[in-house]
Amino acid sequence: MSAIGEADIDGMIGVEQYEEEGEFPVERGYVWTTCASVENGNPLFWDDEVADLVTGGPIAPPTMVSVWFRPHHWAPGRTSQGLPLQVHFDLKEGLGLPEAVMSDNTIVFHEPVRPGDRLVTRQILRSVSDEKTTKLGTGRFWVIDVEYHNQRRDLVAVESYTGFGYRRAEIDGSGARS
Amino acid sequence: MSATAAVRLLDSVSVGDELPELVYPVTATTVVLGALAARDWRPMHHDKDFAVNRNGTRDIFLNTPNLAAWFERFITDWSGPYGRLQRVTFRMLGSIFPGDTMVFHGVITDTGVDESGCGWAAIDISVSVDGDAKTTCTARVALPRTADDNPWDRRGDRWLP
Repeated sequence: MSAIGEADIDGMIGVEQYEEEGEFPVERGYVWTTCASVENGNPLFWDDEVADLVTGGPIAPPTMVSVWFRPHHWAPGRTSQGLPLQVHFDLKEGLGLPEAVMSDNTIVFHEPVRPGDRLVTRQILRSVSDEKTTKLGTGRFWVIDVEYHNQRRDLVAVESYTGFGYRRAEIDGSGARS
Repeated sequence: MSATAAVRLLDSVSVGDELPELVYPVTATTVVLGALAARDWRPMHHDKDFAVNRNGTRDIFLNTPNLAAWFERFITDWSGPYGRLQRVTFRMLGSIFPGDTMVFHGVITDTGVDESGCGWAAIDISVSVDGDAKTTCTARVALPRTADDNPWDRRGDRWLP
C-alpha cells in the first residue's frame, strides 16, 4: 500500500472495509474445546436443557466471537496467511510506522452467537491521532472497530481495538528496547 | 425433570462485593490448548524456541483471546448462567507463562438499571502473577432483577449493552 496522507485518513474514517464471511459455520466442537481450555463449566454450554431454558437453545461463549474469523492454518490454493485486522496493517504500512502494539481491546456483545451461524465481519477505522511520542517511540494512535453480524444481519458484537503504530525511539544506554 | 439454573439477582449485589478468587497454575498445556481453541496458530503460543529466540520472552505465553475466555469463565462462575455479558475492556500489561500461577480478583464497582429496565453490575478484574497485574479487565454484566427476569430474552431496543 502506498503512503497515506492526511486527506486519505479523513476519507478512511467511518468507511466499512474488508467485509468477509467466516470460513466455517459456528460449531460446538470449538465451544467445548474453548470451555475445556479454561475449565468453564457454565451449563449454558454443556447442558442442552439449561440452554433451552435460559437462552432458547445452545449458544457460543460471547468472548469467542473473533475465533470464528481466524483463518485455517492451511487451505487449498492459499498462498499467504490472511491478516485478521487488515486496516491496522494498512495504517502501519501506509503511515510508515514499522512497529505497533495494541493497548486496549473492548468487546460489546449484542445478539448471541449460535451453532450453525455464518458470521460476517467488517472493519471500520474510527480515529487516527496526531503524532505522539511515548516511551515506545513516536507514532500515532488509532481506533478500529470490527463489527460482527450473523446471517440474519443481526449485530452480534463490536470489537474496538486501540493501536499505536510507531517508530522506535533510540536505543538507550542500557540496551533496552525503548 | 425440567432444567433449573442458579440465579444471581441484581439486588443481591453491592458495590465493593468481591468475586470468589480464582487461582490457576499455568502449564504448557494450558497455553497450547488455549491457543488452539482460539485458532491462534502463531508460534509464540506453542513453540518455546520461537518465543525465546524470536520474541525475546522466557517461554510461550497465553494469548489474548484465551485470556478473554478466562475472564468470561471468572465472571460467569460468579453470575451463573443468567448473567449475560454486555461489554468487556482489556488492557494487556504483561505475559503469563507456564509455571506461573494466575490469580483472578474481581470487585463490583457499580450497579444500576438502564433505560430499558435491564439490571447490570460493573466489575473491575485483574489477573496477576506473584502480585503483578498482567491483564486488567473492566466488565459489565446484565443480571436478572427478579426471579422471572432473564437478560437473555432481551434484544433490539431492550438490549443496550
